[in-house]
Order: sequence, then structure tokens, then C-alpha cells
Amino acid sequence: MTDTPQNITRRQLLRGAALVPVAGALAACATPASKAPASSSAAPVATSAANPFGVAADKPLEVWIFDGGFGTAYAKDIHQPLFKTKYPQAQIKIESTKEITKVLQPRFAGGNPPDVIDNSGANAMDFGALAQDGQLHDLTPLLDAPSWDDPNVKVRDLLDPAVIEIGTYDGTFSVLGYVNYIFGIWYSQKAFRDNGWQPPKTWDEFLKLCETIKKSGKMAPFTYAGKFPQYLYEPLLTLAAKIGGPEVLVNIDNLEDGAWTSEPMKQSAAAWAEIGAKYLMEGTAGLDHVQTQTAQNKYKVAMLPAGSWLENEQKTTTPADFEYGMFPLPDFTGSDKMPYGTLHTSPGENFIVPAKGANPQGGMEYLRAMLSKKAAGDFSELVRTVSVVKGAGEGRQLSPGAASASKAVTAAGANTVTYRWQTWYAQLKDEAIAATGELMTGGLTPDKYLERLQKKADEIKGDSSIKKFKR
Amino acid sequence: MLFQRYRRGLFITAFLAAPVTLYLVYVISPYIQAFYIAMTDWRGVTAAPRFVGFENFSRLFSDGIFWQAVRHNAALLVLLPLLTIVIALFFAFLLNVGGGTGGLQGISGSKLYRVIFFFPQVLAVAVVAVLFQQVFRPDGSGMLNGPLMALGVKPIGFLSDPDIAFWSVLGVMVWQAVGFYVVLFSAGLASIPRDMFEAAQIDGAGRGSLFFRITLPLLWDTVQVAWVYLGILALDVFAIVWVMTDQHGGPDFSTTVMAAEIYRNAFSYFRFGYASALGVMMFFFTVGFAIISLRLSRRERIEY
Repeated sequence: MTDTPQNITRRQLLRGAALVPVAGALAACATPASKAPASSSAAPVATSAANPFGVAADKPLEVWIFDGGFGTAYAKDIHQPLFKTKYPQAQIKIESTKEITKVLQPRFAGGNPPDVIDNSGANAMDFGALAQDGQLHDLTPLLDAPSWDDPNVKVRDLLDPAVIEIGTYDGTFSVLGYVNYIFGIWYSQKAFRDNGWQPPKTWDEFLKLCETIKKSGKMAPFTYAGKFPQYLYEPLLTLAAKIGGPEVLVNIDNLEDGAWTSEPMKQSAAAWAEIGAKYLMEGTAGLDHVQTQTAQNKYKVAMLPAGSWLENEQKTTTPADFEYGMFPLPDFTGSDKMPYGTLHTSPGENFIVPAKGANPQGGMEYLRAMLSKKAAGDFSELVRTVSVVKGAGEGRQLSPGAASASKAVTAAGANTVTYRWQTWYAQLKDEAIAATGELMTGGLTPDKYLERLQKKADEIKGDSSIKKFKR
Repeated sequence: MLFQRYRRGLFITAFLAAPVTLYLVYVISPYIQAFYIAMTDWRGVTAAPRFVGFENFSRLFSDGIFWQAVRHNAALLVLLPLLTIVIALFFAFLLNVGGGTGGLQGISGSKLYRVIFFFPQVLAVAVVAVLFQQVFRPDGSGMLNGPLMALGVKPIGFLSDPDIAFWSVLGVMVWQAVGFYVVLFSAGLASIPRDMFEAAQIDGAGRGSLFFRITLPLLWDTVQVAWVYLGILALDVFAIVWVMTDQHGGPDFSTTVMAAEIYRNAFSYFRFGYASALGVMMFFFTVGFAIISLRLSRRERIEY
């Protein structure tokens, strides 16, 4: 008897099995390898006024939507059909995910990214990294193209200038914010009416209101998404800008020396630390945005800071007569640099066209369709929010919260502020999140809090591996 | 005869070729590539990373958060095996030997307890993490804080207080690990000849001396194995921390561990080069632990 198999087919099988991993060797390669650049940047079709980017009518288009507060219905029911009316032959594939990075980062590394991406949410890809590597298509042609509705109006003229400023990386406009996020303090108009409470105009009134609500025993005065303290550093920074002017935030963005420890920042940090010590709903530090927002819907807490996506995000738990309302940050002193009504607004839902995608012309055309009056107006109505397209909300039925936010924007006029450090420097954002949580629970004094953030900002400034931005 | 030997070698090679190739391609080769990536400034999206030598490693030495993570791993490395083994040994002893008077059996109902202790092991780590998020909730809906608040005590921020969060993570890890080691130690106890216990009992040994004079020395090998397993678990803990804690390793980085920092640097900061450098450090820590534990556990076996 031999101790080897006699069956020839079994040996063939073994040999075959040994070959399988060899075939897989290429797939297991983790190190990126340079490939010849794709030749997709040249327009496949001649350009014209009706077709400013030279879109090939039958080239497929792949779109990825972040499946967040706005869902994905707007892409499938509004944008895709509109694009189809002009390019009926084009195959459009709308995909969605909550994990943009996990799904799409390998495709960038592999050199075959999709054509349009809504790069948003907590797991969005880092714009700085994408810009640094030349992965973002230049969207300047989109700005200079005629708008979808009117050939005499350029796309540029439809947009808020902040969209262009915020979407510019390394001097190139490459990220299109689609939604105008409006930040403020949100409350139930019904609860305030029923209890005779008034949205405060000054910080003293705000503190008095908190005291009144606390004493009434009906609900807690204030809360924020304790697990995500970025919800609180937003009003903290906005209040500082209101006290000291927009340059407070510009200096922070530019990593200037002592930007975090400036006097307005100290006043604001101390003011919010007081709210944290006295007026927070019990357990706030351990609750997330959904839990705190739902507590508000149940009338367990009166006010919380959030952005204009809130109403849509909470639509399933909000009572029908809740009537969301939003008020801007109150005047801190009589001598604030910026007037009452100053708002933090920031374009969000960031759409990009990857430079190395198969059909960047189609991608830009898709964005142009999104910026039409019809698409933007339908979008505002469907997801109860304000888009960046000027006048798209006119004559539309807006929900109470969206109406309240739109009114606040109109009232603010040019008095809007914004900051960008949190998208530019992810490490600083994580540090600010950690430290703000500590500030609000009393683990850090306002001075120590700002010193800690200043230290991190200085560290980033001195780190040559981190790309720096200026505004 | 020679031919037979040749055939035999071919046969073995044929069987080994597939697993060895798989191992080389999917385990060894990525390790080597990670060493290379650690010396580049790759940000994950470009096709041409720049070689930067040891820059990432020199940066790593002044990265306070990474060293905080290392300290947490070190604390886990000591505490997790210690607590788990003590608790598991105690339960295994009670379930198998410590029950009743006279007879050498487990306490009553030990078969049922054995099944219950094993439950946590059956659950996926992510499930455990989400489950304990609810258990630790800081308001009235929390399983622990609900009763506390009903008694009028202020709720405890199990996951939101930076001084407590680490202990919550440790507690969950011990809770999940104990069941498996109860079973492991039970198996170890089963292989100890009964007459040893009986002889000791006849000599008048109580439960205490049965445990310390007979059970523990004869189980020592199994305990060492458990120690190494739990040490590895403590070094590569990730999912519990990432899923369960606030801000993935927070609040204020109070629960972060090496693997979480690697993930954070790679997938939220897009510093794949730097993250690989952290991975290389973790590799050396793990290899170091393996060498030390192998050295220390060289000990004569007791033959029955």
C-alpha cells in the first residue's frame, strides 16, 4: 500500500487549488501603483450653448448620495428624472451609502471613482487629502456655464458667494455645497407660546429664560448632543464672532498665534460653560443628537443648538403641532461688533466631481441640473430646508422650521459668519470635540479649554505633513 | 523506496502549497507593504506616495494621544487577564469541584450556569457594544442608571465621564471573556485525576486548600494559555472601544487604544502613511509581548 493518492483527478485538483492564491496575489496588493492617467478629461463631444461641457448623450453616469438627514429620494425622484429629460439615452446609476469613505476611498485609490459624489456626513472623505492629490475636478466651467433654466444667466450668479468661497481649494472651485445650513437655537413655537416664553434678544434675557424654564419644572432649559460636542462649539464660536467680529473666526481658520485665546473667545467660552454648569438637561453628556432632539420633541427640554437639517431629521418623532422655530444667538453685550440677528451659515451637502472619473462632463452637467430652479425648489420642499440657489424657495410651501430659518437668513442679510478649520484640520476638530465636552461637564475651565485648543492649533501649524489652508 | 519518499514529499508539498501561498499573499505580503507605506506620506487617494523615510516614526514619538492609547493597552494587558482569570477560575471551581459536602461535584444547577456563562461569548462584539451603550445610558432608560435614578441617586456617566469610561470598557471586556475561560478551565479541571481531590479531602482539605493546593497548581498550564490569549485580546481591542464609546475612544480620548488610533489616522485623517507607522509600532509591541510570554511560560509540566 502506498501513502500517496493514486487518483489523478485529485492531484489536478490540488494543483488547481495551489494556483488560486497566485491569481489573487494582484488583488492583495495594498501599496498603490501609478497608472497611466485616464484620458477622460477631454470632452467627448463638441461643446455648445445647450451642452456647455460637451456631454456624450449616451455615456453612463454614476452618482453616489450620502444617505443622511435628507435621505436619497431627492436624487432619485427629482434630480435623476430632470437629467433624463435632456439625456434620455444616458444610463444613470444612483447609489447611496452612509459610509462614503469606506465605500469610495478604495475606488479613488484604484483610479476608477464614480462621476458625482455627495461627500457628506461623519464618514465623508477628507477634502484636503482629495485636493492635495488632484482628485477633484475643476468646477469653474460649471460656474461660467449658462444656467439650466436661462441661457442668459450664468450658474455663478445663482449662487451665494459663500458657496464659491467655501468650495475653493488651492484656488480652484471644486466643491459644490448644495444646501444652505443655517445654525441657531431651535425651540418649539408651540411650547413657547403655551408657556408665555419669548425668544431672548440679549444674553441676560437668555439666562433669565433658562432660569424661568428651570424653575417652572416643566422641562429642562437647554441641551445639546452631548456625545457630539461639535454641536456646542458651533454656537460658542458664533457667539465669539458676534462679540468680536468675523475676524475672530478667520484667525482661527488661519491658525494665527493666539487665535483661540482671544478675548471674545474667552467671553464666549465662559458664557457657555455657565450654561453647561447650570441649565443642561440631566444626562446630556451621554446622549447623542437623536436622543436629545427626541427629548425636545417630547417637551422634556426647551432649546438646543442645531442646523436647518433638524426639522427633516426629526420628522418622524415631531408632534404635528410642535412648530419648530429658530432664533439667532442673542446679543452678548451692548457693544458686540456684529448686530442682533448675525447667523452662522455654511453651505453643506458637498458635491464633488472626481477628476479621474469616467464621465466628468456628465458629472458637471448633473450638478448644473441640480442647480435649476425646479430641482432646487422641489428639493427644498421635499427635505424641508433651504438650498443655495437664490430664489428657489420663492412661492413654495415651506414647513415652520424652514420658514423660520429662511426668515432669519433674510433678516441677517450680509451679517453671516462661517469657519472652515474643522474641515481643513480633522485633528483639530477631534481635539475641539473632546475639549468642548470637557468644558461643558466642568472638566476644563474656559481658560484651560482655550489653551488646550491653542496648543493643538500650534502643533498643527508646526507639522509639515499637514497641508495648510488660508482664507 | 526512493521514489516512494519523493512521492511523499510531493504529496506534502501539494497540500502545503495552497495554505502557504495564501498566507504569504494575504498575511505576510501586506505586513511587508505596511512597513513600506509607513515610510511614505500616502494619504490614501493618490497613486504615487512620496517616500519620507522615518519622518512618521519621529512624529509618532511626540503624539500624546497615541501614547495615551498605549497606556490604555498596557493597563488592559495587566487588568483584563487578571480579572478574567480570577473570576473564571472561581466560577469553574464552583461549577466543578467546589459544590456540596463530601462529593466532588459542582454546586447545584451548575449545568445551567455553565450555559448562561457562555452566552456573552456567542454574541458578536458589535452586538455587545451596542447592547452596553443602552445598558450604560445616562438617563432613566439606562439599565443601570434607571434603578439608580429611581432610588434618587444622580445618574452615573458610565461612558460620558472620562474618569469612569475606561473602567466601563474593561468591565464589558471581562464580562464577555469570562464565559469562555470558565469553559476552558472546566475542561482543564476535568483532566485532573479525581483521586487527587479525593486524597486531599480524605486528608481533611477544605474548599480553600482544595483550590490553592490542588486545582491552581494543576491548572497552571491552562492559566498560562488563558493569560496569553487574553493578553492578545487586550492588545488588539478595537471594536468594543470604537462602537461603544463616545467619539470613538472618548470622551476626551479616555478610552482610546492603539488600534482605534490607527483607524482614526487612516480613515478620518487620511494619513495612511502615519497610520501604517502606528501599525508597525503595534506590531513590535505585540511581538514583544509574545516573546516575553513565551519566555516566562517555559516551565516543567506536571505529569500525572
